[in-house]
Amino acid sequence: MGFLLKMLAKSPWVFHLSCGSCNNCDIEILDLLTPRFDVERFGALLVGSERHADALLVTGAMNRKSAKRLKTVYEQTAKPCLVIAFGACASGQGIFRDSYPMTVPLDEIIPVDVYIPGCPPKPEAMIAGIIKGLQKLKG
Amino acid sequence: MSIGHAVLLFLIFPGFLFTAVLGLFVSWVDRKVTARVQFRVGPPFYQGFADFFKLLGKETIMPTGASRLFFLGAPLMGLAAVTLASTILIAGMVWPNQSFAGDLIVVFCLLAMPSLAMIMGGAASKNAFASLGASREMKLVLSYELPLILAILVPVIQSGWRLRIGELVNYQVAHGSFAWSVSGAIALLVSILCLQGKLGLVPFDQAEAETEIMGGALIEYSGPPLAMFKLQKAMMLVAMPAFILAVLWGGLGNSISSFILGLAKYLIMIVLVTLIRNTNPRVRIDQVMKFFWGVVSVSGVLAVISAAVGF
Repeated sequence: MGFLLKMLAKSPWVFHLSCGSCNNCDIEILDLLTPRFDVERFGALLVGSERHADALLVTGAMNRKSAKRLKTVYEQTAKPCLVIAFGACASGQGIFRDSYPMTVPLDEIIPVDVYIPGCPPKPEAMIAGIIKGLQKLKG
Repeated sequence: MSIGHAVLLFLIFPGFLFTAVLGLFVSWVDRKVTARVQFRVGPPFYQGFADFFKLLGKETIMPTGASRLFFLGAPLMGLAAVTLASTILIAGMVWPNQSFAGDLIVVFCLLAMPSLAMIMGGAASKNAFASLGASREMKLVLSYELPLILAILVPVIQSGWRLRIGELVNYQVAHGSFAWSVSGAIALLVSILCLQGKLGLVPFDQAEAETEIMGGALIEYSGPPLAMFKLQKAMMLVAMPAFILAVLWGGLGNSISSFILGLAKYLIMIVLVTLIRNTNPRVRIDQVMKFFWGVVSVSGVLAVISAAVGF
Protein backbone atom coordinates (compact mmCIF):
# COMPACT_ATOMS: atom_id res chain seq x y z
CA MET A 1 0.00 0.00 0.00
CA GLY A 2 2.94 2.32 0.64
CA PHE A 3 3.88 2.43 -3.04
CA LEU A 4 0.32 3.12 -4.20
CA LEU A 5 -0.08 5.93 -1.64
CA LYS A 6 3.19 7.41 -2.89
CA MET A 7 1.74 7.36 -6.39
CA LEU A 8 -1.39 9.07 -5.04
CA ALA A 9 0.82 11.92 -3.87
CA LYS A 10 2.26 12.13 -7.39
CA SER A 11 -1.09 12.46 -9.14
CA PRO A 12 -3.74 14.18 -7.02
CA TRP A 13 -6.93 14.69 -9.03
CA VAL A 14 -8.99 17.47 -7.57
CA PHE A 15 -12.76 17.84 -7.55
CA HIS A 16 -13.92 21.35 -6.83
CA LEU A 17 -17.10 21.79 -4.81
CA SER A 18 -18.64 25.17 -4.13
CA CYS A 19 -20.86 25.24 -1.03
CA GLY A 20 -22.35 28.69 -1.14
CA SER A 21 -19.21 30.71 -1.71
CA CYS A 22 -19.11 34.21 -3.19
CA ASN A 23 -17.26 32.76 -6.23
CA ASN A 24 -14.06 34.61 -5.44
CA CYS A 25 -12.30 31.43 -4.26
CA ASP A 26 -13.73 29.51 -7.24
CA ILE A 27 -12.17 31.96 -9.65
CA GLU A 28 -8.87 32.00 -7.79
CA ILE A 29 -8.56 28.21 -8.13
CA LEU A 30 -8.19 28.70 -11.88
CA ASP A 31 -4.94 30.57 -11.20
CA LEU A 32 -3.38 27.22 -10.41
CA LEU A 33 -3.88 26.07 -14.00
CA THR A 34 -2.21 29.10 -15.57
CA PRO A 35 1.38 29.09 -16.90
CA ARG A 36 2.65 31.01 -13.89
CA PHE A 37 1.67 28.43 -11.25
CA ASP A 38 0.86 25.29 -13.31
CA VAL A 39 -0.01 22.59 -10.75
CA GLU A 40 0.14 19.94 -13.49
CA ARG A 41 3.88 19.94 -12.67
CA PHE A 42 2.84 17.93 -9.59
CA GLY A 43 0.41 15.82 -11.60
CA ALA A 44 -2.67 17.61 -10.28
CA LEU A 45 -5.70 17.82 -12.53
CA LEU A 46 -9.22 19.18 -12.12
CA VAL A 47 -11.65 16.32 -12.78
CA GLY A 48 -15.32 16.42 -13.68
CA SER A 49 -16.62 13.59 -11.52
CA GLU A 50 -16.26 13.11 -7.76
CA ARG A 51 -15.69 9.38 -8.31
CA HIS A 52 -12.33 10.21 -9.90
CA ALA A 53 -11.28 12.62 -7.15
CA ASP A 54 -8.37 12.22 -4.75
CA ALA A 55 -8.94 15.59 -3.13
CA LEU A 56 -12.16 17.46 -2.49
CA LEU A 57 -11.59 21.20 -2.67
CA VAL A 58 -14.46 22.81 -0.75
CA THR A 59 -15.14 26.53 -0.93
CA GLY A 60 -17.91 28.49 0.76
CA ALA A 61 -19.60 28.79 4.12
CA MET A 62 -21.97 25.76 4.25
CA ASN A 63 -25.50 27.04 3.93
CA ARG A 64 -28.54 24.85 4.61
CA LYS A 65 -28.95 23.72 1.00
CA SER A 66 -25.34 22.88 0.26
CA ALA A 67 -24.40 21.13 3.53
CA LYS A 68 -26.60 18.13 2.65
CA ARG A 69 -25.14 17.93 -0.86
CA LEU A 70 -21.63 18.18 0.55
CA LYS A 71 -22.24 15.10 2.66
CA THR A 72 -23.58 13.17 -0.33
CA VAL A 73 -20.63 14.15 -2.51
CA TYR A 74 -18.15 13.18 0.21
CA GLU A 75 -19.79 9.75 0.51
CA GLN A 76 -19.59 9.35 -3.28
CA THR A 77 -15.84 9.86 -3.49
CA ALA A 78 -13.50 6.88 -3.68
CA LYS A 79 -11.33 6.69 -0.56
CA PRO A 80 -8.59 7.61 0.27
CA CYS A 81 -9.70 11.17 -0.42
CA LEU A 82 -8.33 14.38 1.06
CA VAL A 83 -10.68 17.16 2.06
CA ILE A 84 -9.30 20.66 1.69
CA ALA A 85 -11.12 23.58 3.29
CA PHE A 86 -10.40 26.39 0.91
CA GLY A 87 -10.64 30.01 2.02
CA ALA A 88 -11.79 31.77 5.16
CA CYS A 89 -15.45 30.72 4.75
CA ALA A 90 -14.77 27.00 4.41
CA SER A 91 -12.21 27.08 7.21
CA GLY A 92 -14.44 28.81 9.77
CA GLN A 93 -17.42 30.41 8.01
CA GLY A 94 -15.62 33.78 7.83
CA ILE A 95 -17.82 36.84 7.77
CA PHE A 96 -20.97 34.70 7.41
CA ARG A 97 -20.56 33.13 10.85
CA ASP A 98 -23.83 34.23 12.47
CA SER A 99 -25.79 34.63 9.27
CA TYR A 100 -29.28 33.05 9.22
CA PRO A 101 -28.91 30.54 6.31
CA MET A 102 -25.67 29.06 7.63
CA THR A 103 -25.29 25.71 9.36
CA VAL A 104 -22.13 24.54 11.14
CA PRO A 105 -18.55 24.93 9.82
CA LEU A 106 -17.22 22.43 7.28
CA ASP A 107 -15.08 20.46 9.73
CA GLU A 108 -18.12 19.63 11.85
CA ILE A 109 -19.80 17.97 8.84
CA ILE A 110 -16.96 15.94 7.29
CA PRO A 111 -13.34 15.35 8.41
CA VAL A 112 -11.05 18.05 7.01
CA ASP A 113 -7.35 17.36 6.33
CA VAL A 114 -6.03 20.76 5.32
CA TYR A 115 -7.13 24.34 5.92
CA ILE A 116 -6.06 27.06 3.51
CA PRO A 117 -6.89 30.47 5.01
CA GLY A 118 -7.32 33.68 3.05
CA CYS A 119 -10.08 35.61 1.37
CA PRO A 120 -9.29 34.39 -1.21
CA PRO A 121 -6.01 32.51 -0.57
CA LYS A 122 -3.01 33.41 -2.71
CA PRO A 123 -1.97 30.81 -5.30
CA GLU A 124 1.27 30.18 -3.37
CA ALA A 125 -0.79 29.41 -0.28
CA MET A 126 -2.99 27.01 -2.26
CA ILE A 127 0.01 25.09 -3.61
CA ALA A 128 1.55 24.96 -0.12
CA GLY A 129 -1.74 23.64 1.28
CA ILE A 130 -2.14 20.93 -1.34
CA ILE A 131 1.46 19.77 -0.88
CA LYS A 132 0.98 19.67 2.91
CA GLY A 133 -2.12 17.54 2.47
CA LEU A 134 -0.26 15.10 0.23
CA GLN A 135 2.59 14.82 2.71
CA LYS A 136 0.11 14.12 5.47
CA LEU A 137 -1.36 11.37 3.32
CA LYS A 138 2.06 9.76 2.87
CA GLY A 139 2.45 9.82 6.65
CA MET B 1 3.79 -21.59 -32.78
CA SER B 2 3.60 -23.16 -29.33
CA ILE B 3 1.21 -22.04 -26.61
CA GLY B 4 4.06 -20.68 -24.50
CA HIS B 5 5.34 -18.56 -27.38
CA ALA B 6 1.84 -17.19 -28.01
CA VAL B 7 1.38 -16.30 -24.33
CA LEU B 8 4.76 -14.59 -24.36
CA LEU B 9 3.73 -12.61 -27.45
CA PHE B 10 0.44 -11.64 -25.85
CA LEU B 11 1.72 -10.67 -22.40
CA ILE B 12 5.23 -9.28 -22.92
CA PHE B 13 6.20 -8.24 -26.45
CA PRO B 14 4.48 -6.90 -28.49
CA GLY B 15 1.36 -7.38 -26.40
CA PHE B 16 0.33 -6.14 -23.01
CA LEU B 17 3.54 -5.02 -21.28
CA PHE B 18 5.17 -3.36 -24.28
CA THR B 19 2.02 -1.56 -25.44
CA ALA B 20 1.06 -0.48 -21.92
CA VAL B 21 4.48 0.95 -21.08
CA LEU B 22 4.81 2.68 -24.44
CA GLY B 23 1.21 3.92 -24.26
CA LEU B 24 1.55 5.40 -20.78
CA PHE B 25 4.75 7.08 -21.90
CA VAL B 26 3.09 8.47 -25.03
CA SER B 27 0.19 9.77 -22.95
CA TRP B 28 2.85 11.82 -21.16
CA VAL B 29 4.13 13.11 -24.54
CA ASP B 30 0.56 14.19 -25.28
CA ARG B 31 0.22 16.04 -21.97
CA LYS B 32 3.69 17.57 -22.20
CA VAL B 33 3.09 18.92 -25.72
CA THR B 34 -0.27 20.30 -24.54
CA ALA B 35 1.48 22.03 -21.64
CA ARG B 36 4.18 23.50 -23.89
CA VAL B 37 1.55 24.79 -26.32
CA GLN B 38 -0.06 26.60 -23.38
CA PHE B 39 3.33 27.93 -22.14
CA ARG B 40 3.25 25.66 -19.08
CA VAL B 41 5.88 23.25 -17.78
CA GLY B 42 3.71 20.14 -17.73
CA PRO B 43 3.88 16.88 -15.80
CA PRO B 44 7.02 14.75 -15.25
CA PHE B 45 7.68 11.80 -17.58
CA TYR B 46 6.34 9.15 -15.17
CA GLN B 47 2.94 10.86 -14.89
CA GLY B 48 1.00 8.21 -16.82
CA PHE B 49 2.44 5.46 -14.60
CA ALA B 50 1.70 7.43 -11.42
CA ASP B 51 -1.91 7.95 -12.50
CA PHE B 52 -2.32 4.27 -13.31
CA PHE B 53 -0.84 2.92 -10.08
CA LYS B 54 -2.67 5.49 -8.01
CA LEU B 55 -6.01 4.37 -9.43
CA LEU B 56 -5.13 0.75 -8.63
CA GLY B 57 -4.91 1.70 -4.96
CA LYS B 58 -8.26 3.45 -4.77
CA GLU B 59 -11.61 2.13 -3.67
CA THR B 60 -13.96 0.62 -6.29
CA ILE B 61 -17.48 1.93 -5.90
CA MET B 62 -20.43 0.05 -7.37
CA PRO B 63 -23.28 2.46 -8.11
CA THR B 64 -26.61 1.30 -6.68
CA GLY B 65 -28.69 -0.52 -9.28
CA ALA B 66 -25.84 -0.93 -11.76
CA SER B 67 -25.30 -4.23 -13.53
CA ARG B 68 -22.28 -5.78 -11.82
CA LEU B 69 -21.32 -8.04 -14.73
CA PHE B 70 -21.36 -5.35 -17.40
CA PHE B 71 -20.05 -2.54 -15.20
CA LEU B 72 -16.94 -4.47 -14.17
CA GLY B 73 -16.71 -6.59 -17.35
CA ALA B 74 -16.61 -3.67 -19.78
CA PRO B 75 -13.11 -2.36 -18.88
CA LEU B 76 -11.73 -5.92 -18.96
CA MET B 77 -13.23 -6.53 -22.38
CA GLY B 78 -11.83 -3.30 -23.80
CA LEU B 79 -8.40 -3.95 -22.35
CA ALA B 80 -8.28 -7.52 -23.67
CA ALA B 81 -9.39 -6.39 -27.13
CA VAL B 82 -6.84 -3.62 -27.47
CA THR B 83 -4.09 -5.91 -26.16
CA LEU B 84 -4.94 -8.58 -28.74
CA ALA B 85 -5.20 -5.98 -31.51
CA SER B 86 -1.80 -4.50 -30.76
CA THR B 87 -0.24 -7.98 -30.44
CA ILE B 88 -1.42 -9.04 -33.91
CA LEU B 89 -0.69 -5.64 -35.41
CA ILE B 90 2.82 -5.06 -34.07
CA ALA B 91 3.79 -8.69 -34.60
CA GLY B 92 2.64 -8.23 -38.21
CA MET B 93 4.86 -5.17 -38.51
CA VAL B 94 7.93 -6.72 -36.91
CA TRP B 95 7.65 -10.24 -38.37
CA PRO B 96 5.67 -9.62 -41.60
CA ASN B 97 6.01 -13.18 -42.89
CA GLN B 98 4.30 -14.78 -39.90
CA SER B 99 0.94 -12.99 -40.02
CA PHE B 100 -2.22 -14.93 -40.90
CA ALA B 101 -4.72 -14.30 -43.70
CA GLY B 102 -7.35 -11.69 -42.93
CA ASP B 103 -5.64 -10.24 -39.86
CA LEU B 104 -6.33 -6.75 -41.24
CA ILE B 105 -10.05 -7.35 -40.70
CA VAL B 106 -9.48 -8.90 -37.27
CA VAL B 107 -7.40 -5.93 -36.09
CA PHE B 108 -9.90 -3.48 -37.50
CA CYS B 109 -12.74 -5.13 -35.59
CA LEU B 110 -10.71 -5.43 -32.38
CA LEU B 111 -9.84 -1.73 -32.55
CA ALA B 112 -13.57 -0.95 -32.46
CA MET B 113 -13.99 -2.89 -29.19
CA PRO B 114 -12.68 -0.21 -26.74
CA SER B 115 -15.45 2.13 -27.89
CA LEU B 116 -17.97 -0.68 -27.42
CA ALA B 117 -16.57 -1.23 -23.92
CA MET B 118 -17.15 2.45 -23.16
CA ILE B 119 -20.73 2.17 -24.42
CA MET B 120 -21.29 -0.99 -22.37
CA GLY B 121 -19.80 0.45 -19.20
CA GLY B 122 -21.58 3.76 -19.56
CA ALA B 123 -24.95 2.16 -20.20
CA ALA B 124 -24.48 -0.27 -17.28
CA SER B 125 -23.60 2.35 -14.67
CA LYS B 126 -27.16 3.68 -14.20
CA ASN B 127 -26.35 7.33 -14.42
CA ALA B 128 -28.02 9.85 -16.70
CA PHE B 129 -24.73 11.47 -17.72
CA ALA B 130 -23.12 8.09 -18.35
CA SER B 131 -26.04 7.08 -20.60
CA LEU B 132 -25.69 10.34 -22.47
CA GLY B 133 -21.95 9.68 -22.85
CA ALA B 134 -22.65 6.15 -24.08
CA SER B 135 -25.15 7.37 -26.65
CA ARG B 136 -22.69 9.99 -27.88
CA GLU B 137 -19.95 7.36 -28.11
CA MET B 138 -22.32 5.26 -30.21
CA LYS B 139 -22.87 8.15 -32.62
CA LEU B 140 -19.12 8.76 -32.76
CA VAL B 141 -18.47 5.12 -33.67
CA LEU B 142 -21.12 5.33 -36.39
CA SER B 143 -19.48 8.51 -37.68
CA TYR B 144 -15.82 7.54 -37.96
CA GLU B 145 -15.96 3.84 -38.81
CA LEU B 146 -17.27 4.40 -42.36
CA PRO B 147 -14.50 6.77 -43.55
CA LEU B 148 -11.90 4.65 -41.76
CA ILE B 149 -13.02 1.54 -43.66
CA LEU B 150 -12.85 3.50 -46.91
CA ALA B 151 -9.33 4.70 -46.07
CA ILE B 152 -8.17 1.16 -45.22
CA LEU B 153 -9.70 -0.09 -48.48
CA VAL B 154 -7.24 2.04 -50.49
CA PRO B 155 -4.05 0.04 -49.69
CA VAL B 156 -6.03 -3.19 -50.07
CA ILE B 157 -7.06 -2.20 -53.62
CA GLN B 158 -3.62 -0.81 -54.52
CA SER B 159 -1.85 -3.99 -53.45
CA GLY B 160 -4.25 -6.19 -55.42
CA TRP B 161 -6.70 -7.23 -52.67
CA ARG B 162 -4.23 -8.34 -50.03
CA LEU B 163 -5.80 -8.62 -46.58
CA ARG B 164 -2.72 -9.50 -44.52
CA ILE B 165 -0.94 -6.79 -42.56
CA GLY B 166 2.36 -8.57 -43.21
CA GLU B 167 1.76 -8.61 -46.96
CA LEU B 168 0.81 -4.94 -46.99
CA VAL B 169 4.00 -4.14 -45.06
CA ASN B 170 6.11 -6.22 -47.47
CA TYR B 171 4.39 -4.63 -50.47
CA GLN B 172 5.31 -1.19 -49.16
CA VAL B 173 8.92 -2.25 -48.58
CA ALA B 174 9.08 -3.33 -52.23
CA HIS B 175 7.04 -0.55 -53.89
CA GLY B 176 7.26 2.40 -51.49
CA SER B 177 4.61 3.61 -49.09
CA PHE B 178 0.98 3.91 -50.24
CA ALA B 179 0.86 7.47 -48.94
CA TRP B 180 2.97 8.68 -51.89
CA SER B 181 0.14 8.02 -54.37
CA VAL B 182 -2.83 10.40 -54.76
CA SER B 183 -5.36 7.98 -53.33
CA GLY B 184 -2.98 6.99 -50.51
CA ALA B 185 -2.38 10.63 -49.51
CA ILE B 186 -6.12 11.31 -49.30
CA ALA B 187 -6.61 8.06 -47.35
CA LEU B 188 -3.86 9.07 -44.91
CA LEU B 189 -5.53 12.43 -44.24
CA VAL B 190 -8.91 10.75 -43.78
CA SER B 191 -7.50 8.15 -41.43
CA ILE B 192 -5.72 10.76 -39.29
CA LEU B 193 -9.05 12.56 -38.84
CA CYS B 194 -10.64 9.24 -37.89
CA LEU B 195 -7.73 8.64 -35.51
CA GLN B 196 -8.68 11.83 -33.70
CA GLY B 197 -12.23 10.56 -33.31
CA LYS B 198 -11.17 7.07 -32.36
CA LEU B 199 -8.86 8.31 -29.60
CA GLY B 200 -11.71 10.49 -28.30
CA LEU B 201 -9.68 13.70 -28.31
CA VAL B 202 -11.02 17.24 -28.76
CA PRO B 203 -12.82 18.21 -31.07
CA PHE B 204 -14.35 14.70 -30.94
CA ASP B 205 -14.43 14.07 -27.18
CA GLN B 206 -18.19 14.47 -26.79
CA ALA B 207 -18.46 11.08 -25.09
CA GLU B 208 -16.46 12.20 -22.05
CA ALA B 209 -16.86 15.94 -22.19
CA GLU B 210 -15.76 17.00 -18.73
CA THR B 211 -17.29 20.44 -18.73
CA GLU B 212 -20.77 19.46 -19.90
CA ILE B 213 -21.43 15.85 -18.91
CA MET B 214 -18.74 15.52 -16.22
CA GLY B 215 -16.76 12.59 -17.56
CA GLY B 216 -19.58 11.05 -19.57
CA ALA B 217 -19.46 7.29 -19.82
CA LEU B 218 -16.71 7.10 -17.18
CA ILE B 219 -18.50 9.25 -14.59
CA GLU B 220 -19.31 6.38 -12.17
CA TYR B 221 -15.99 4.56 -12.52
CA SER B 222 -13.41 4.72 -9.75
CA GLY B 223 -10.33 2.79 -8.71
CA PRO B 224 -9.05 -0.20 -10.73
CA PRO B 225 -11.84 -0.23 -13.38
CA LEU B 226 -11.10 3.41 -14.13
CA ALA B 227 -7.39 2.56 -14.25
CA MET B 228 -8.20 -0.09 -16.86
CA PHE B 229 -10.12 2.41 -18.97
CA LYS B 230 -7.24 4.90 -18.75
CA LEU B 231 -4.75 2.18 -19.66
CA GLN B 232 -6.90 1.14 -22.58
CA LYS B 233 -6.97 4.72 -23.83
CA ALA B 234 -3.18 4.92 -23.48
CA MET B 235 -2.76 1.64 -25.38
CA MET B 236 -5.01 2.94 -28.15
CA LEU B 237 -2.48 5.78 -28.49
CA VAL B 238 -0.03 3.06 -29.57
CA ALA B 239 -2.31 0.71 -31.50
CA MET B 240 -4.26 3.16 -33.66
CA PRO B 241 -1.32 5.20 -35.06
CA ALA B 242 0.62 1.95 -35.51
CA PHE B 243 -2.28 0.58 -37.54
CA ILE B 244 -2.26 3.61 -39.85
CA LEU B 245 1.54 3.46 -40.03
CA ALA B 246 1.50 -0.24 -40.98
CA VAL B 247 -1.19 -0.24 -43.62
CA LEU B 248 -0.83 3.23 -45.15
CA TRP B 249 2.40 4.97 -44.34
CA GLY B 250 5.17 2.45 -44.98
CA GLY B 251 5.36 0.47 -41.73
CA LEU B 252 8.73 0.02 -40.09
CA GLY B 253 10.56 -1.27 -43.19
CA ASN B 254 13.49 -3.65 -42.99
CA SER B 255 16.50 -1.44 -42.26
CA ILE B 256 17.55 0.64 -39.25
CA SER B 257 17.05 3.95 -41.07
CA SER B 258 13.52 3.00 -42.14
CA PHE B 259 12.80 1.85 -38.58
CA ILE B 260 13.82 5.26 -37.24
CA LEU B 261 11.76 6.90 -40.00
CA GLY B 262 8.78 4.80 -38.94
CA LEU B 263 9.16 5.89 -35.31
CA ALA B 264 9.41 9.52 -36.48
CA LYS B 265 6.19 9.10 -38.47
CA TYR B 266 4.52 7.65 -35.38
CA LEU B 267 5.63 10.64 -33.26
CA ILE B 268 4.46 13.04 -35.98
CA MET B 269 1.01 11.47 -35.84
CA ILE B 270 0.90 11.77 -32.02
CA VAL B 271 2.03 15.40 -32.05
CA LEU B 272 -0.40 16.18 -34.88
CA VAL B 273 -3.43 14.84 -32.98
CA THR B 274 -2.24 16.69 -29.86
CA LEU B 275 -1.97 19.95 -31.78
CA ILE B 276 -5.40 19.44 -33.37
CA ARG B 277 -6.80 18.82 -29.89
CA ASN B 278 -5.24 21.98 -28.52
CA THR B 279 -6.33 24.31 -31.27
CA ASN B 280 -9.95 23.26 -31.69
CA PRO B 281 -13.06 23.60 -29.55
CA ARG B 282 -15.38 20.67 -28.90
CA VAL B 283 -18.11 20.53 -31.55
CA ARG B 284 -21.68 19.29 -31.21
CA ILE B 285 -22.39 15.62 -31.86
CA ASP B 286 -24.55 16.38 -34.92
CA GLN B 287 -21.72 18.47 -36.35
CA VAL B 288 -19.39 15.50 -35.88
CA MET B 289 -21.73 13.22 -37.83
CA LYS B 290 -22.16 15.81 -40.56
CA PHE B 291 -18.39 16.25 -40.78
CA PHE B 292 -17.51 12.55 -40.93
CA TRP B 293 -20.37 11.48 -43.17
CA GLY B 294 -19.99 14.55 -45.38
CA VAL B 295 -16.52 15.84 -46.24
CA VAL B 296 -14.51 12.97 -44.80
CA SER B 297 -16.54 10.11 -46.24
CA VAL B 298 -16.74 11.78 -49.65
CA SER B 299 -12.95 12.16 -49.64
CA GLY B 300 -12.71 8.50 -48.67
CA VAL B 301 -14.93 7.48 -51.60
CA LEU B 302 -12.82 9.62 -53.94
CA ALA B 303 -9.68 7.93 -52.62
CA VAL B 304 -11.17 4.49 -53.19
CA ILE B 305 -12.24 5.43 -56.77
CA SER B 306 -8.83 6.86 -57.61
CA ALA B 307 -7.17 3.75 -56.15
CA ALA B 308 -9.44 1.58 -58.32
CA VAL B 309 -8.48 3.45 -61.50
CA GLY B 310 -4.82 3.24 -60.59
CA PHE B 311 -3.68 6.56 -59.09
